[in-house]
Amino acid sequence: MSQGINSSLIKFVVRLGDNNLILGHRLSEWCSKGPFLEEDIAMSNIALDYIGQARVLYSYAGQLDGGKNEDYYAYERREHEFTNALLCETPNGDFGMTVARQLYYSVFAYALCNALLKSKDETLSGYAGKAVKELAYHVRHASDWTLRLGDGTEESNKRMQHGIDELWMYTHDLFATLESDKELVAAGIIPDVAAMKGEWLEQVKDVIQRATLTMPDVNAWQMEGSRKGRHTENIGYIISELQYVTRAYPGCEW
Amino acid sequence: MENVMELEAQFQAKIDRGEFIEPKDWMPEKYRKTLIRQISQHAHSEIIGMQPEGNWITRAPSLRRKAILLAKIQDEAGHGLYLYSACETMGISREELNHQLHTGAAKYSSIFNYPTLSWADMGAIGWLVDGAAIVNQVSLQRTSYGPYARAMVRICKEESFHQRQGYELLLSLCRGTAEQKAMAQDAMNRWWWPSLMMFGPHDAESAHSAQSMQWKIKRESNDELRQKFIDKTVAQAEFLGLTIPDPDLKWNAERGHYDFGQIDWEEFNNVIRGNGPCNKQRLNHHVKVHEENVWVREAANAYAKKNAKKSETLVA
Ligand SMILES: [Fe+2]
Ligand SMILES: [Fe+2]
Repeated sequence: MSQGINSSLIKFVVRLGDNNLILGHRLSEWCSKGPFLEEDIAMSNIALDYIGQARVLYSYAGQLDGGKNEDYYAYERREHEFTNALLCETPNGDFGMTVARQLYYSVFAYALCNALLKSKDETLSGYAGKAVKELAYHVRHASDWTLRLGDGTEESNKRMQHGIDELWMYTHDLFATLESDKELVAAGIIPDVAAMKGEWLEQVKDVIQRATLTMPDVNAWQMEGSRKGRHTENIGYIISELQYVTRAYPGCEW
Repeated sequence: MENVMELEAQFQAKIDRGEFIEPKDWMPEKYRKTLIRQISQHAHSEIIGMQPEGNWITRAPSLRRKAILLAKIQDEAGHGLYLYSACETMGISREELNHQLHTGAAKYSSIFNYPTLSWADMGAIGWLVDGAAIVNQVSLQRTSYGPYARAMVRICKEESFHQRQGYELLLSLCRGTAEQKAMAQDAMNRWWWPSLMMFGPHDAESAHSAQSMQWKIKRESNDELRQKFIDKTVAQAEFLGLTIPDPDLKWNAERGHYDFGQIDWEEFNNVIRGNGPCNKQRLNHHVKVHEENVWVREAANAYAKKNAKKSETLVA
């Protein structure tokens, strides 16, 4: 692999790893706070899936990047070096908000992993093979809850609609690409992520409408910047917690 | 009257033969009540126990440890679920069990009323708290009520992983820097005595023991179990290089057991009465989460009802 394409691939893999870690972090905050016991377990399960995926991706990035380990990416970088999608770092809010975030993210991530199954990069296609099964469940889980809350009671409908509306402005950023992605696309290593938005929009719209909810205004202004490390204010607090122990006791093995 | 006495005699004979009592079998009302109290207390402990450990998920210092901790807590939630199901076989609903927890009518293990103050506490809980729980639960695999015994078999399989991960976590700290080792020792100092208290009062002071032993709801006494735990834990502490905070702890060759110091029963009783560092916090958290999410459960029910109706009309 050429120098250039190697560093492009690292950026892409770290982006995907960051998505998983930060969303997994958010979902893990639900532990012992779930709306009932079975759902508490389900959310921990999903959080574990994402954290597991982050570890696979970070390990691969480290392998490409001179032998760094998975924990380097989680514990030794600064806020602006994280390139997770903005959506992943949004606060949990109520259960409706979390379900909306899960719907938006999992539909995106499922499609991405599905495309990565055909990647010419064997590590990435191997990762996708496992991840796609987990994500299929996440999509089902998020869709089912969107339907239940949207078409449940008046209150749940209102809350679910609120989640769908509030988070909309962060969804375009899921599809952000870098100039450096182009050579990866050309080499058949990754799909053209930006081109996946149309399909995503259709799928999300279908669930939202079946849930008797209203689709947000697709032309409304949306925030971007995550792939360049420009975040919402949430990131600093996430990183503070995530890295608290390792920063307080530097250079230790845990 | 004679009839009941006969039934009771048959019931006891069945237990004496070492057979399981199953949900449909006749059982004395007091057996049922005692079991509900014991199993639900156990279930609530699994659930409340998620809080002190959950406190450190987002701050776990490596991704591997984070994943292990999260998986461990998820297991505990699963244990709560099995045990609530075992309770339900005795004709009490989940709502009622939850209500008993919230009103204080049902208890949970006092160990979870202590705060988790450092990362080392995740190790100490796994090693000592899960370790103490295992000693108790292994003996309950032979308890007389079938669903409870079977839940214990499943639970014990997972508990040994819980204890191992805690011990391994502490081992990393003890082999690390002086600061890490001090963190581990501090956790040991705080969790040792509360772990011994998990086995309950001395046999002489234990209110429910005699009847429970006869019914084989309990298989070994509090003091026997506590001694077992201490005997197997001392060598493990030595291997870690940690000091057990008990100057009176020493091997008694004559007894073939470790002697140990006086447990602070005043603290024990006080925490049971609600005066522990986190009693209010733990219960308030559970109540708050339950109340904040009423709307989710209502929505799920409303949706299920609507869809049951829809499929009815489809059939019609
Ligand atoms: Fe457990
Ligand atoms: Fe456990």
